[in-house]
Amino acid sequence: MDIVTRTRADEALLEVSELRTYLHTRTGTARAVDGVSLRVERGESLGLVGESGCGKTMTALSVMALVPSPPGEILPGSSIRFEGEELVGAAEARLRRMRGNEVSMIFQEPMTSLNPVHRVGSQVVEALQLHRGLRGREAAAVAVELLAEVRLPDPEVRFGEYPHQLSGGMRQRVMIAMALSCEPRLLIADEPTTALDVTTQAQILGLLSDLRQRRGMAVLLISHDLGVVAEFCDRVAVMYAGQIVEEGSAQEVFHHPRHPYTQGLLASLPGRRSRGTRLAVIPGVAPSPNLWPHGCRFHPRCAFVMDRCAEQAPDLLPIAGSERTARCWLESPETAAAREDTRA
Amino acid sequence: MIAGEAEVLLEVMDLSMHFAARDGASGRVRGLVRAVDGISFTVGRGEALGLVGESGCGKSTTARSLLRLLEPTGGRVVFDGVDVLSMDARALRAFRGRAQIVFQDPFGSLNPRLTAGGMLEEVLQVHHLAGEATGRRRRAVELLELVGLRAEHAGRYPHEFSGGQRQRLGIARALSVEPEFIVLDEPVSALDVSVQAQILNLLSDLKADLGLAYLFIAHDLAVVEHLCDRVAVMYLGKIVEIGPAERLYRAPRHPYTKALLSAVPSLDRKSEPGYERTMLTGDPPSPMSPPSGCVFHPRCSHPKKDEECRRDMPDLEECGEGCFVACIKERSRLGGGA
Repeated sequence: MDIVTRTRADEALLEVSELRTYLHTRTGTARAVDGVSLRVERGESLGLVGESGCGKTMTALSVMALVPSPPGEILPGSSIRFEGEELVGAAEARLRRMRGNEVSMIFQEPMTSLNPVHRVGSQVVEALQLHRGLRGREAAAVAVELLAEVRLPDPEVRFGEYPHQLSGGMRQRVMIAMALSCEPRLLIADEPTTALDVTTQAQILGLLSDLRQRRGMAVLLISHDLGVVAEFCDRVAVMYAGQIVEEGSAQEVFHHPRHPYTQGLLASLPGRRSRGTRLAVIPGVAPSPNLWPHGCRFHPRCAFVMDRCAEQAPDLLPIAGSERTARCWLESPETAAAREDTRA
Repeated sequence: MIAGEAEVLLEVMDLSMHFAARDGASGRVRGLVRAVDGISFTVGRGEALGLVGESGCGKSTTARSLLRLLEPTGGRVVFDGVDVLSMDARALRAFRGRAQIVFQDPFGSLNPRLTAGGMLEEVLQVHHLAGEATGRRRRAVELLELVGLRAEHAGRYPHEFSGGQRQRLGIARALSVEPEFIVLDEPVSALDVSVQAQILNLLSDLKADLGLAYLFIAHDLAVVEHLCDRVAVMYLGKIVEIGPAERLYRAPRHPYTKALLSAVPSLDRKSEPGYERTMLTGDPPSPMSPPSGCVFHPRCSHPKKDEECRRDMPDLEECGEGCFVACIKERSRLGGGA
């Protein structure tokens, strides 16, 4: 494709840098996304994890240019580049083309994203008309093909049914079919399996994994479920209080977490190892986006807090000998050196 | 019986809850929804029994019918030797002083116009506990502190609490009558992982300190593995396997239990050598027209599945180590039950 030949090899598919999305409300300004930088390479899957209110979904909506304004505002200095092209401040027509042809998004609750009064098939056909200009019988044929590709059972029959006649898993398959209709190079999936049962979740994640490989499509998967991200994603970024606090390969981050928040989150997971014991608990509560703590935003809850943490906010610091980063003063060269000294 | 080692507190025998499904427009009965279809289990004193299964399998209906929040259509429920289903209003009130329920959505189950303290005092008054107004006020504060809230929270309204605090409040309300048994219906499903850990710790502390028995309903298998002594697995209104949690998670027998456990995403699975997920196909059938024979047979991948499975409904039979399984092929593999 001409688009691929145009792009340079070192250019990421999606590159977000210093993204700040604030919401101006009557009760104050919520700094929902506050300096997020991330890269998604072609064909790669990046997981974005964190607890409610940490800014995962607002990050995704900012990429899709779907943050309502007002109350939302993407601050100057924020940059979202898709294949090298800046999207912050781009014309609405360009953004519509991006959403229609390059990036698709699926949401947690497929029932609220499907129109209840239209048949499933006609909704997929509509997407094909808008995004690929297909008409009539051709559009219908492609729609059935898409429904078959997402392994909807009896696609010809389902084509004529209404959303309420389908199960939750089938509805999510229809949403994925619609998202695929524009042949996106990036699929943003926001908690796509959270409303589904565990066996259905396994089916949908298996499907997304196959589609990603077959179509060479990159996936940005947003989830609160660390297990889902560990199984699905190559890399993972952990968010806390509007920022990314740790980033690296899923394997490394989940098995050797560096940031105290990631460590706390993993330790609080129940399961076989925790049977008969008390779970480790992160003290305190998650801060509000109207009032992020000064310095390191995790310092009031951190077991390793130092004087410096309350005063000065750490950047995402590279972890020596790896491709990883963590937003923690423990990773600063001085602290790391002091740690080596005490050990010696 | 399908029981653990603890002395039996609650015994459920052949419990059924069938609903008439009516046509929306004409109101005519279209069929029967067998939401719960002849299930039996026990909960011992101080024991936590987990009830797992996917949406629509009948977990919550089971909980509501055994507390008589719904009137079951068949079977028996015996609580501490007394038949629950034949209790009159007076006996039922006494029963509810000993058996309580905590719901998933604490916000939906708390009165928005009552303060935390007011709500607890109301329960105490209804059940004639803690004496006069001052006694009730003192007891309400004790209850708040018991679940990790503070005295000053007594004057706050539900909307002023976070999700985790609201769930603590729901637990405080259940504890106010000093029950021996609490049904926990998805108590941590709406909470974030770090808040979930706090509530799970609270629940295990209360179980240890007060000797409470739980029926813990959850779709999250890891949560159940963490907290429960025994586990029952439901599919389409029936219990397909029940046994000690440690054993059931280590060596599941029923093909559905195997598929369910195998579907749980985990942090370690990618690194497990030779791991292959047992993937279920399709969706569960409708409880209005359950399949003949074993309800799981259309989706079952047991290597020995045959005509017998389509024809005969298996009963729960013992398969060693205190486990019971409802699978003809697993039973015959073990050379008959006990």
